[in-house]
Amino acid sequence: MWPPRSSRRTRAAAALIAASLVFATGAQAEGPVPYRIAGDGIPESLTGAPGDATRGRALVLARTTTCILCHSGPFPETRFQGDLAPDLTGAGNRWSVSQLRLRLVDASHFNPETIMPSYYRADGLVRVGRNFAGKPILSATEIEDIVAFLATLRD
Amino acid sequence: MSFWRAIALAALCAAAPALLAGEIPPEARRSGYSFMGPDTRAMQDDDTSNPGMLFVLDGEALWTKKAGSADKACADCHGDARSSMKGVAARYPAFDKSLGHPVTLDQRINLCRADHQQATPLPYESRDLLALSAFVAHQSRGFAITAGDDPQLKPFVAQGRDLFMRREGQLNLACTNCHDDNFDKRLAGAPITQAQPTGYPLYRLEWQTLGSLERRLRSCMTGVRAQAYDYGSPELVTLELYLMSRARGLPMETPAVRP
Repeated sequence: MWPPRSSRRTRAAAALIAASLVFATGAQAEGPVPYRIAGDGIPESLTGAPGDATRGRALVLARTTTCILCHSGPFPETRFQGDLAPDLTGAGNRWSVSQLRLRLVDASHFNPETIMPSYYRADGLVRVGRNFAGKPILSATEIEDIVAFLATLRD
Repeated sequence: MSFWRAIALAALCAAAPALLAGEIPPEARRSGYSFMGPDTRAMQDDDTSNPGMLFVLDGEALWTKKAGSADKACADCHGDARSSMKGVAARYPAFDKSLGHPVTLDQRINLCRADHQQATPLPYESRDLLALSAFVAHQSRGFAITAGDDPQLKPFVAQGRDLFMRREGQLNLACTNCHDDNFDKRLAGAPITQAQPTGYPLYRLEWQTLGSLERRLRSCMTGVRAQAYDYGSPELVTLELYLMSRARGLPMETPAVRP
């Protein structure tokens, strides 16, 4: 980019503020908990407990989780569904719970070029908005609820 | 490979435009207009129903209104915009020699205010700036976009392209993921366009007002949960420049109407 008019000192101060923000967000510890990948999935629940499929259905349909922006599925009550990604009908036939979990946690594990976000990742991202910095898109509980619901989608 | 085949291949390579992977070839470029329904198209097509024309009329009045301590109007230097501003917006953002970097049409208007009218700059997205910008850009309606042709702009177009290709935000998406690779598909039921900025400033029904390309870019960034660049920042200016050069050959539509 072309040189800004601000002095070097201002830039140094900005860097210092940015550095302290990094420490501040790091201390908040809203980041993801560690998980273990085995083969093509994550066998253990992220919360240590099974998810709630009813809550999971509501989460898939909530636009804030972003699922329905790209995917469609067997949701007759929802008018505005996306077609950028596969229809979720039959997802429970195609994938095991372990595979579904890893697909939600980090789809880029299977395809680095995928447009599907890694829903349980908070590092290695660029220019994340202030309200979202240091946090994964979904919490461990939300991931487990959605996984539990998707597993019920059988043809 | 035979001699003639080699020649034919060389000729083909030489004739092919310098396109990079994933980019939309000129003959496949489509304005956002082609993705709209018949009602929105009709609204844009008829100047008496196009709400953007109210801003153009405001801009026409501002063009001849004296401003600043120099007590000069745009028209005092530029005369009749219908001839002097013809085709100008199709070349913006343009390289500014004294600044050494590209400036948008909004920035050019404010530079003119500062340098020649001795007037205060108009804030980004203010009604007066949008109106003047719409009035000037309207004089290019129907002109093919040629922004970015100036060789001095080459490094800045490349910077804008890098930003277009860079994944950002919590959703980790780049502009190219939707607008090069997935146009014509539907995001939450709404068609994804090619992001060809042919009609800015434009009237967006969602905004219920006229808005700049920078406003649109910022709302896309918010959509992928990225920290939006500031109005007038080098990032937004180079992105705008890249987008305009990417739309090369498409006709200007200002003021366009979009859903």
